[in-house]
Amino acid sequence: MLMCLAIPAKIMALQGEKAQVDFGQGVLRDVNVSLVEAKIGDYVLVHAGYAIQVLEEKEALETLSLWNDVLSSTGE
Amino acid sequence: MGMAENLRFRNPEVAQNIAAKIREVTPKKGQVKICHVCGTHEWTITHFGLRSLLPSNVEVIAGPGCPVCIVPAAEIDEAVQLAKQGKVVTCFGDVLRVPGSESSLLEAKAGGADVRMVYAVSDAVEMARKEPEKEFVFSAVGFETTAPITALEALGDLPKNFSFLVSHRLIPPAMELLLGVGDLQIDGFLAPGHVSAIIGLKPYELFARVYRMPTVVAGFEPNDVLMSIYMIIKQVSTRDAQLQNEYSRVVKPEGNKKALELMDKAFTVVAGNWRGIGRLPDSALQLRESLAQFDARRKYELKIKEGKDILLGCECHLVIIGKIKPNQCPMFLKACTPAKPIGACMVSSEGTCRVWAKNVAANTS
Repeated sequence: MLMCLAIPAKIMALQGEKAQVDFGQGVLRDVNVSLVEAKIGDYVLVHAGYAIQVLEEKEALETLSLWNDVLSSTGE
Repeated sequence: MGMAENLRFRNPEVAQNIAAKIREVTPKKGQVKICHVCGTHEWTITHFGLRSLLPSNVEVIAGPGCPVCIVPAAEIDEAVQLAKQGKVVTCFGDVLRVPGSESSLLEAKAGGADVRMVYAVSDAVEMARKEPEKEFVFSAVGFETTAPITALEALGDLPKNFSFLVSHRLIPPAMELLLGVGDLQIDGFLAPGHVSAIIGLKPYELFARVYRMPTVVAGFEPNDVLMSIYMIIKQVSTRDAQLQNEYSRVVKPEGNKKALELMDKAFTVVAGNWRGIGRLPDSALQLRESLAQFDARRKYELKIKEGKDILLGCECHLVIIGKIKPNQCPMFLKACTPAKPIGACMVSSEGTCRVWAKNVAANTS
């Protein structure tokens, strides 16, 4: 496993510090969510069985729009 | 965020567009050398062949971004010693084959020791609860991405027969070291996104402010990395030095406050040895006095201070700091292969040599 790898997963169910998440393959896995404030439906980054951060959809869209701005700008 | 956005972070057309922008801003004269410090960045760059999209005078080198590779032999020796004394040693898969001075944990296991691979610390804790008659040790390897997990468990409800052999290290001191390596001549840093998810932006401020080093916190999709390279070269071309965050969908300026609080509660920052690099001040974590009963070094009074980090002929120490490329080591894919690794950089799936070995074609062009 890659030690600084963290994979996004969607929280499908929550029970105290445990969450059931979907990594996109439809298979639910248990992860510990003690390190984040997350709710059902959130995407979290999972590292070694623990969620370490919540992904911000708004920021993701802003990043893409920033890219579009950069790419459509003319050269200097 | 949905699948559509995810795909766009990998869209080859977008990648080509960013590459064109990179060509546009890259100075025509001189080399631009960009250093990353994360095994997953090296994986993305190598796997997607990103180096081939860059102008010939732009070089991306891999710094000490593999937490398994930089664990000194002495700390593997400690784990091997405990295993041979009859403790159950648990660790992540990558740690198993890391060479100690005499033996790896895998070799100790082959010799009859109880060494078990786990996917999460909590699995090791669970084992310790189920087998109270045995002593359990977890080899806690990893940078700031992993350290809060150790902190969380250490501050939680641990069974008495469980302790940590802490080998956590901190990334910013290693980046600072690279700036002092005379002939390395780095022009910009790609800062590691998942370490940054925990520590935030503040620890990198000095690189831009004091060292005048363009620094961009980068995500891990190929277009994240390309865009971050563009952001660095843009700064280089305008002789600017700023700290920028390309990975804002994950990295908040303040980091993960909860994780940082737990780390501060559980650990003190101390000097630490890095394989192939030596001793760096304020670069390692040690469990606080109040948690001494969960610190295997104190619990079992371990005395090992020095180990044999680099075997004769192995160039890991130069690969780790990005001074040479893996294929410049005479043993690369000859005496040293993924099946029979000699150096730590070939052992871990995040080691630069291992990443290159798996993707040789992408790098020999």
